[in-house]
Amino acid sequence: MALGLYSRDGSVTRGGRAGVVCFPETTDEVAACVRIAVAHGRAFVPRGAGTGLAGGAVPCDDPVVVATTRMDRIHEVDVERRFAWVGPGVVNLDLTRHLTGTGLHFAPDPSSQQSCTIGGNVANNSGGPHCLQDGVTSAHVLAVEVVLPDGEVVVLGDEEGRAVGYDLRGAFVGGEGTLGIATRICVRLCEDPPEVATLLLGFARVEDAAATVSAVIADGIVPAALEIMDQRVVEAVEPFVHAGYPTDAAAVLIVELDGLPAGVAAEVERITAIGHDHGAGTVRVAADEDERARIWKGRKSAFGAIAVIKPDYYLNDTVIPRTRLAEVLAKVYEVVDERDLIVMNVFHAGDGNLHPLIVYDAREPGVMERVLEAGEEIVRISVEAGGVLSGEHGIGLEKKRFMHLQFTDADLVAQDRLRRAFDLHGLANPAKVLPTGASCGHVTSLGRPPEGMWV
Amino acid sequence: MTPLEAFRDEVGATGPVCVRGGGTRWSVGRDPAADGAGPVREVRAPVGVEAFEPAEMTVRVGAGTPLVDLAAALAEHGQEVALDGPPGATVGGALMVGRSPLRRGRLGEATDALLQADCVGADGVAFTAGGPTVKNVTGYDLCRLLVGSLGTLALVGRVILRTHPIPEASAWLAGPVEPSAVSPLVHRPATVLWDGERTAVLVEGHAADVDDQMRRLSDLGMVPVDPPVLPPHRHRVEGGLSGAGVLEVGAGVVHRDEPATAPAVPNGVAALAARVRDSFDPERRLNPACDPHRVPV
Ligand SMILES: Cc1cc2nc3c(=O)[nH]c(=O)nc-3n(C[C@H](O)[C@H](O)[C@H](O)COP(=O)(O)OP(=O)(O)OC[C@H]3O[C@@H](n4cnc5c(N)ncnc54)[C@H](O)[C@@H]3O)c2cc1C
Ligand SMILES: Cc1cc2nc3c(=O)[nH]c(=O)nc-3n(C[C@H](O)[C@H](O)[C@H](O)COP(=O)(O)OP(=O)(O)OC[C@H]3O[C@@H](n4cnc5c(N)ncnc54)[C@H](O)[C@@H]3O)c2cc1C
Repeated sequence: MALGLYSRDGSVTRGGRAGVVCFPETTDEVAACVRIAVAHGRAFVPRGAGTGLAGGAVPCDDPVVVATTRMDRIHEVDVERRFAWVGPGVVNLDLTRHLTGTGLHFAPDPSSQQSCTIGGNVANNSGGPHCLQDGVTSAHVLAVEVVLPDGEVVVLGDEEGRAVGYDLRGAFVGGEGTLGIATRICVRLCEDPPEVATLLLGFARVEDAAATVSAVIADGIVPAALEIMDQRVVEAVEPFVHAGYPTDAAAVLIVELDGLPAGVAAEVERITAIGHDHGAGTVRVAADEDERARIWKGRKSAFGAIAVIKPDYYLNDTVIPRTRLAEVLAKVYEVVDERDLIVMNVFHAGDGNLHPLIVYDAREPGVMERVLEAGEEIVRISVEAGGVLSGEHGIGLEKKRFMHLQFTDADLVAQDRLRRAFDLHGLANPAKVLPTGASCGHVTSLGRPPEGMWV
Repeated sequence: MTPLEAFRDEVGATGPVCVRGGGTRWSVGRDPAADGAGPVREVRAPVGVEAFEPAEMTVRVGAGTPLVDLAAALAEHGQEVALDGPPGATVGGALMVGRSPLRRGRLGEATDALLQADCVGADGVAFTAGGPTVKNVTGYDLCRLLVGSLGTLALVGRVILRTHPIPEASAWLAGPVEPSAVSPLVHRPATVLWDGERTAVLVEGHAADVDDQMRRLSDLGMVPVDPPVLPPHRHRVEGGLSGAGVLEVGAGVVHRDEPATAPAVPNGVAALAARVRDSFDPERRLNPACDPHRVPV
């Protein structure tokens, strides 16, 4: 078994070391793994597909890695009551495929959906382009069966989403593997919309695209998706997908609207007008399903396409108030330019979720320091603008040291109270999330991204 | 001293204490026997809409603010929040009881409304849960833990809530048909109610879409009606509707005339919940007479 593969995830964190890797297939086996680890005073680290971007699944100091990838069964789909029970190892896109024809879908659609697992989605409270209107994973998990860090098995929440007592399900989601291991998940399924319209707007200035996003929200429209890609991303993606993106535009804005026909038509009109008011050079409405699919394919393969530019990347994830997009984005470009680096911006603009992607060549001497510095500065700028450290990738190892930028000691103590109620022994993924947690000896926070990681 | 600091000082670090909101759901989760256990100091949370940012679709508001005042401020810019209640009910009270709005098909659950909460813990120390933005996975999701906690984990002084645009049009229709006959004719209705004989549905959205759905529903024999008045007590539903009551279809709630009792939760979950409460409030000084496990749904 190649332990090395399980020593890292999709982040640039390196130096992790897996002691043992277990591949349980049942809840009982997961509980046994946890009990054995705890009996020996060993930490355990839950793991899905390892696509996480914050180092959440990176093993620190030889823990027991519990990979739930083999728990990949879709147990039950209840079309009438609109839920499905799935194993944590089910790949996000496999659930979507399984539901084709039922008129229902699982809303969270991370760009990594071809590889990431629902267990990982739950642990990271993941988002995706289509989470603007309907919310991120937490809004789509009704119940979750969990092996707690002492080996006890509980079901948090229920099929109606109406469990008695504290919302422990809500507290568990986003716990980044520090509150226990999800072994079965009951997800909420959403009705497919009767009508969908996808718009592609091209702008001569990134700021204009950003200002358009702010204006759309200010107008009281909450689209299904609202994504920005800047020129560097478009130039990298277009040759692969031929989506018809305007490559001469400084930024393109993808807007998707769904619902009933009259509302969709009215919003298409309003957004077209808002776009023109903000200097959109082109506004195109996808004519058919094929054109729509290509527009989205380009968006979702953006990370893969950047490989043609530089061999390494560092992807940040912060959120800012959506009224300040233009201003903060300008600062992001400045920060990166000042350090002689290249940034590509492709992000969930509608909820203010920035994803500045710094591309570099790690062989260049001194480049890591500059990348790291720029990343830190972007986090700082975001928090100063009234934002937060992470919108969907989580804290993991990567952002622990920034927690004090957003939270006071008292805030972190309150968070630790929740963690300790779940994890009495302090052995569940202990080095993650809170800066007060255990340290992680060998790990450096920047290195080369893994090969074959492109999604 | 800011109102929030004054609130913190009033809560203090010793003695049993709770927040009194509008008092409209004072008995929820309360153990009548605990009333004799000794006095619990009642404090009030700060009042007032501090910052409404329509373009951001968020509002920062004192937890003691009456819901009607918040609704009026938001309506000026055509927005609303996913909290509702009788006259007098406060923002903090609605969140701590944590019931989802009847119009959950449009507004989502009460828990989705809360982005950030400025709290005072059992140790008398102020802390903030969550963050100000509409999307946020930084650290643990204490906001979800707080909604429905009846003020037993922390007392809430001020919150930031997500707002929604008020729909352009809306209509209640009812008729002697089954919910399953209605659902193919509507898209994301705000709510569907079923009393065993009649279905009532609330459709909301763009005027032309609402008209269109009304036409289809009237072909089915449904007619426009006033908003129905629901029986006062909320019961859990497992599966369908049995006996007299009004089912909120898909919400897991039946409204009935007789009071409900909460089912026991499994031992493992109860033990975890107790650890959570002990961890936040080891001396049980926060709203000690209340326990969310006594709330049926
Ligand atoms: C190209 C690319 C695009 C991406 N796009 C997005 C995006 O659009 N939106 C987004 O939100 N994220 C995105 N991500 C990040 C990542 O894919 C998500 O966080 C995803 O949910 C992780 O799932 P995973 O199965 O790979 O989990 P892993 O990386 O294996 O683990 C992630 C965390 O979850 C924990 N965990 C895993 N399984 C379990 C379990 N069964 N029980 C308890 N804890 C568990 C781990 O301990 C770890 O802390 C992207 C990543 C890449 C590489
Ligand atoms: C017709 C009707 C419709 C309703 N619809 C909805 C709805 O759509 N959505 C919804 O969410 N609710 C709904 N409810 C429930 C209701 O709005 C609230 O639960 C309620 O009114 C509580 O507000 P209050 O200020 O009166 O709280 P109180 O009765 O004063 O307090 C209730 C409990 O919460 C605690 N508490 C109050 N404020 C705080 C605080 N700031 N910090 C800590 N603890 C606190 C109190 O100590 C007490 O235990 C509805 C109720 C009715 C009757």
